Amino acid sequence: MSQTSHGIGGLSYDAKKRPWPAEFNVFLALVILVGAFELIGRVFLGDSFLFNTRENVSGLFNEQRLQIIILQVSIVGIIAIGVTQVIICGGIDLSSGSIVGATAMIAMSFAQVATVNGNPNPKAMFIDYGWTDLPVIVPLLVAIGCGLIAGLINGLLIAYTRIPPFIATLGMMVTARGIAKWWSKGQPISFPTDSFAAIGKGLMPVVIFISLAILFQLILTYTKYGKHCYAIGSNEDAARMSGIKIANHKVLVYAIAGILAAIAAVVLSSKNLTAQAGMGVMYELDAIAMAVIGGVSLSGGRGSIIGTVIGSLIFGVIISGFTFLRLDAYYQEMVKGVIIVGAVVLDQWRQRRRAIGA
Amino acid sequence: MSDIVLKTENLTKHYGGVHALQEANFELRKGEHVAIMGDNGAGKSTFVRQITGVEQRTSGKIWFDGKEVNFTGPIEAREAGIETVFQNLALADDLDVPSNLFLGREKVLFNLGPFSILDRKAMRKATEAALVRTAVKIPNLSSTIRHMSGGQRQCVAIARTATFASKLIIMDEPTAALGVQETAQVENIIRTLKENGEPLILVSHNMRQVFDLVDRIVVFRRGRIVANLRKQDTDGNDIVAYITGAKTGQAELQAA
Repeated sequence: MSQTSHGIGGLSYDAKKRPWPAEFNVFLALVILVGAFELIGRVFLGDSFLFNTRENVSGLFNEQRLQIIILQVSIVGIIAIGVTQVIICGGIDLSSGSIVGATAMIAMSFAQVATVNGNPNPKAMFIDYGWTDLPVIVPLLVAIGCGLIAGLINGLLIAYTRIPPFIATLGMMVTARGIAKWWSKGQPISFPTDSFAAIGKGLMPVVIFISLAILFQLILTYTKYGKHCYAIGSNEDAARMSGIKIANHKVLVYAIAGILAAIAAVVLSSKNLTAQAGMGVMYELDAIAMAVIGGVSLSGGRGSIIGTVIGSLIFGVIISGFTFLRLDAYYQEMVKGVIIVGAVVLDQWRQRRRAIGA
Repeated sequence: MSDIVLKTENLTKHYGGVHALQEANFELRKGEHVAIMGDNGAGKSTFVRQITGVEQRTSGKIWFDGKEVNFTGPIEAREAGIETVFQNLALADDLDVPSNLFLGREKVLFNLGPFSILDRKAMRKATEAALVRTAVKIPNLSSTIRHMSGGQRQCVAIARTATFASKLIIMDEPTAALGVQETAQVENIIRTLKENGEPLILVSHNMRQVFDLVDRIVVFRRGRIVANLRKQDTDGNDIVAYITGAKTGQAELQAA
């Protein structure tokens, strides 16, 4: 017998039948996935996926693998945070990968050193102007400015010309990639200052990813901005009738997504110590996939940053797991595709079942 | 004059060549519940849309709360104190009850512009109070609207209008899509509003409901108000006669 209790007005309800949060299912999927790799590893390879099996290293877990799992998804994860709030608000952002490329190129050219091994930096873009060895705040502000401008253009197009977000951000995707290539005529931009290189060093990408994830989880849960994101994605007409300024809100949402893509660009180019025009290709789709796997509904109104973070970990586990099983990278892509579609099918199925049950 | 909440004078709306509403003169007093009846296309919804600012009238004047008003949109009308429960419910499916009640007018702890921190506890408490006041029964405040029945949704929408000490509540066919029990629940809420002295305009096709709930019945036919009758002065057959045009009301209107 399940315990029933009484709500407002005396109608009884079964607290146990409350739908559990979607994040729980996603987390369960993560655990099952890790368990599967662990099992396959033990049976076929005689090695553990998760736990430390080496004599010369102390510790229960295979820390190196855990670090790699989260490190390799943290940069796309930063983009996924921005994409998550866009999708919750009922939109889509295809431009984030290209914004990463363009921002990395532009910001890196303001972060270069004057001399390499005693010779003038052969790659320095602005050495003639003396814009080398600038304090790290300059490339940072330039990057955030780039992301903000790109995001604002996305947002203004969507809010005021009423073209579908898919088209507006597709345009930005192509344009920003063009800017990335044009900026240095296709040449890579390298040799950043030590302070710029420190941003993406070691586990810094993970620290930045997790900090931003916590910040945006709080924003989406506890602020007006977050509430309005869910409201607009859920029922735009209702939100408008309730007096929410839809256009302003959308501009802000896309601007923030642009800034987060720019932060990802800084971390990525700092980590790689170079910026290339092809940086961030397909990142937009990986970011969307992380969100979708994490339970963010493409029709808007549902999802959370926590879900997206777990979704990104599922991504990381798949990549690491395939490497662990010594399978070709080609299989990763194929399985990634299957998982993305599977996650959406599962979500649809769960929603329909819940609707019938209610 | 001071107890008149809403007054319209020669309110007229043309859609191109279609005269959807012609010279409607209407008055609503404090605490009064008035039903608007009429056939489909008689001008009931058009009348409501002019008052709530959803559409702009062709000509005529509207006074609300003692002042002449020109609402440019539904939000202005709401800010002035006219709360409307629309046929298609204006609720966000993925939000819970307090979030829907306070949508667009959230209580905040710290004002940080768009990133203002929400006062969730206060909104929850105010929601509970509003639900008690309107006698709305909701099993669980924190479940989302998506998981509620049509009646519960309608109740949330009505509770929302009653939460904000509005000066006038307009309901456009609030029970059209509901079952028997749910209809009874909505009607109970309307009775509670009457006891609280909140004025109401009820657009309805349901004769029994209208005679149960309201003080006065206004009948629209072909864009004109053809009858304006106190409940005790009329009956169902009489109203039907006005709705179908078997009886024309010009004589009575002028006499009244």
